Amino acid sequence: MLNGIALLLFCQLCGEALVRLFGWPVPGPVIGMLLLFLWLRYRGRSSHDLDLTADGLLKYLALLFVPAGVGVMVYFDALGGTWLKLGVTLLASAVITLVVTGWTMEWLLRRQKTEHTDGL
Amino acid sequence: MVFDSFWVYLAASPLWWLTLTILVYLAAQKLFLKSGSIALLNPVAVSIVALIVLLELSRTSYDAYFAGAQFLHFLLGPATVALAVPLFRQMARLRAIWFPVTVSLAVGVLVGAFSAVAIGYALGLDRETLISLAPKSVTTPVAMGISEVLGGIPAMTAAFVVFTGITGAVIGLRILKAAGVTDESAVGVAMGVTAHGVGTARAFEAHPVSGAFAGLAMALAAFLTALLLPPVFEWMGWL
Repeated sequence: MLNGIALLLFCQLCGEALVRLFGWPVPGPVIGMLLLFLWLRYRGRSSHDLDLTADGLLKYLALLFVPAGVGVMVYFDALGGTWLKLGVTLLASAVITLVVTGWTMEWLLRRQKTEHTDGL
Repeated sequence: MVFDSFWVYLAASPLWWLTLTILVYLAAQKLFLKSGSIALLNPVAVSIVALIVLLELSRTSYDAYFAGAQFLHFLLGPATVALAVPLFRQMARLRAIWFPVTVSLAVGVLVGAFSAVAIGYALGLDRETLISLAPKSVTTPVAMGISEVLGGIPAMTAAFVVFTGITGAVIGLRILKAAGVTDESAVGVAMGVTAHGVGTARAFEAHPVSGAFAGLAMALAAFLTALLLPPVFEWMGWL
């Protein structure tokens, strides 16, 4: 597992370094994810060790958001009297985004499938 | 008296809040499963509410809490990097459907930002708040950065991001099912682009393919939003 965690941390570190170096507006771990993906593509396969570490971490991904989530308590006062309007806005926007994105992709997938069958 | 000094020691020790966060989450998970997976009892949402109540009752500051909880928070970095592994496993599928994925991502990013701005505008929210709402569908550090560039309030944006992530995790799978979205990769992209990391975590619980595509959608949405929103807002004359 140590090999796996070392590789993950190394990719994150490279990601953070690139972000700092070029002033990119995305977080280091996201760049690290793309670096690891490119590495896996180059190598053509994952390792047992990396699989084990990644699956172990991702199994508890939800838990890792709890500390940041508790942080909303800091903003309670700042949101003040508009919390209801904000809640409605965020909820409605989430529903619309989910549905529109889901439908777009389902539609495009179906179109792609029929195009393929037409081509046969 | 003994208890008092014991509490003073514990409350000041990072170990206490770290352990409690994990125990609360385990209990919330058990509650969720026992309830027959009632969406509203989402373990992340329940844990956050329970911990906020505990902190308020014990008059503990968020900083004191975070001194312990930061060890879990730190793992978000390597966990995000680890999303490359399930995505790599889906390589064949990704290659076959890269076009639907790319288009849906762009659509999701724009709809996510502008639906919030439009609804907020209709409800009479002020301009600064509307700008702070726009990047709420991407992961916190990106969202805060974009909010700042656009002239919003980054701290407010951070709260919107958290709320959006939890909302997406709680209602997402049910909404998509009701809307007739059945393809696992489509479910994943919708969850990742709407509710970033928290949505991705939930998508993994539904299906490994959904999780892989949610992770991809979350990462690419961060890029797209950072690239698209500032010029679009400038073009609209909002900056």
